[in-house]
Amino acid sequence: MSKHFLGDTAVLLGRSLRHIARSPDTIITTVVMPIAFMLLFVYVFGGAIDTGSDSYVTYLLPGILLITVASGIAYTAYRLFMDMKGGIFERFQSMPTARSSVLWAHVLTSLVANLISLAVVVLVALLMGFRSTAGVSAWLAVAGILILFTLALTWIAVIPGLTAKTMEGASAFSYPLIFLPFLSSAFVPTGTMPGPVRIFAEHQPVTSIVNAIRALFARQPVGTDIWIALAWCAGILVVAYVLAMNTYRRRIS
Amino acid sequence: MTTQQAPAIQVRGLEKSYKELRVLRGVDLTVARGSIFALLGSNGAGKTTAVKILSTLLRADAGTARVNGFDVATQAADVRESISLTGQFAAVDEILTGRENLVLVARLRHLENPGKVADDLLDRFSLTDAGGRKASTYSGGMRRRLDIAMSLVGNPPVIFLDEPTTGLDPQARIEVWQTVKELAARGTTVLLTTQYLDEAEQLADRIAILHEGRIIVDGTLAELKRLLPPAKVEYVEKQPTLEEIFLALVGADGGKAHDRNIGTDA
Repeated sequence: MSKHFLGDTAVLLGRSLRHIARSPDTIITTVVMPIAFMLLFVYVFGGAIDTGSDSYVTYLLPGILLITVASGIAYTAYRLFMDMKGGIFERFQSMPTARSSVLWAHVLTSLVANLISLAVVVLVALLMGFRSTAGVSAWLAVAGILILFTLALTWIAVIPGLTAKTMEGASAFSYPLIFLPFLSSAFVPTGTMPGPVRIFAEHQPVTSIVNAIRALFARQPVGTDIWIALAWCAGILVVAYVLAMNTYRRRIS
Repeated sequence: MTTQQAPAIQVRGLEKSYKELRVLRGVDLTVARGSIFALLGSNGAGKTTAVKILSTLLRADAGTARVNGFDVATQAADVRESISLTGQFAAVDEILTGRENLVLVARLRHLENPGKVADDLLDRFSLTDAGGRKASTYSGGMRRRLDIAMSLVGNPPVIFLDEPTTGLDPQARIEVWQTVKELAARGTTVLLTTQYLDEAEQLADRIAILHEGRIIVDGTLAELKRLLPPAKVEYVEKQPTLEEIFLALVGADGGKAHDRNIGTDA
């Protein structure tokens, strides 16, 4: 690792953050869909959905937060794709700059941008009546899970960002990720689903992550859900990181 | 340092294939310090591949290449300290201003006082007034000037320009030529690729023609001319080229151009 790795990563992170500050529409378009889902489900469908909890928005928020991240990482792939296409990626790679800094700066930018989007969505949920009695440590645990989830999805996003031929191709991978929460406990309890759907829903990563965050918000015991959730996040993170790094090495050598 | 005596670029037997396609089939070339060397070839001749290998973006399959005395395969970090690459497409950050682009590169080259480096280059490339504007608002010529200015941050001794004037209008093209000549006058070695014969003729001290993965000719313009049959003397009325007409009408500075309507009864 180069002695300039940290300094160069900081410089390049500053560059991408400036991009976000100058085009805040990337944050707005990221949060529009999750907020629209939240409005639709709370004020249109919510009345007919029996979750057994007092407030549907409180029940819904964990899944909406995951949709926010899935929607946000499309921009991670997009920003990386634009750097590849515009030639600035090659310029950085031909300079005496720590080479992996270029990638890490994008990953950290993705984290910052998604945390901002998540904060916006939580604020809107609060306006819609979301309430939590969770203490500081529970909120930190929620933040930790969401950071891990964002990093896992970000490393997935790096792969199309490096390999896509078109802008649409760079962001299309995020659509299935956005819809995965619909086949989970995010919107309705899995108990009402027919057999095969229920089996899928109960064993895919979103359900355990949603259940863990929901329990933390409600100050209830998290049980084994949190460990399954963390294992899923860590597993996806490691696999996506290895694949992304392999793709990256093939692109630069 | 022993690097001062070595040629700026020395390439021997360079080969590179993409799967079945043999792009470079044994390229040899030597570029003297402070000279302008043009690598001439049609599209797909392998010019960009050669430049990418020399700028450490690609690994060669066989052969050696030394830039500023350093081996591109084993001393890539030293090579990157010695070079700048200006790729085929102006590699500027469109969302940043011109000045921010230059400061960014200066920081990434770990220079002291990046702000001053940026201001000096803006001044040198007549971009001081535009320095505070986003690069996305620049014209093609300004963008290319900023691109080349970014390559000069830190005064690297060797500069690669990959098709620097492709897609530029005639005036911007002449601006780039002027810049390249000034660079060489300051002692920078320039290797440029081009598919325009007149560009090589205008700029280069030495010209090599890359064809089907090999250098088929390498020499000065005078040497290349000697390869052809001796010139015949003929009397031909010299018509102005469209480029000359265009430049005469627009004016060299481009500022005072006013409409001239050509009569239809001529």
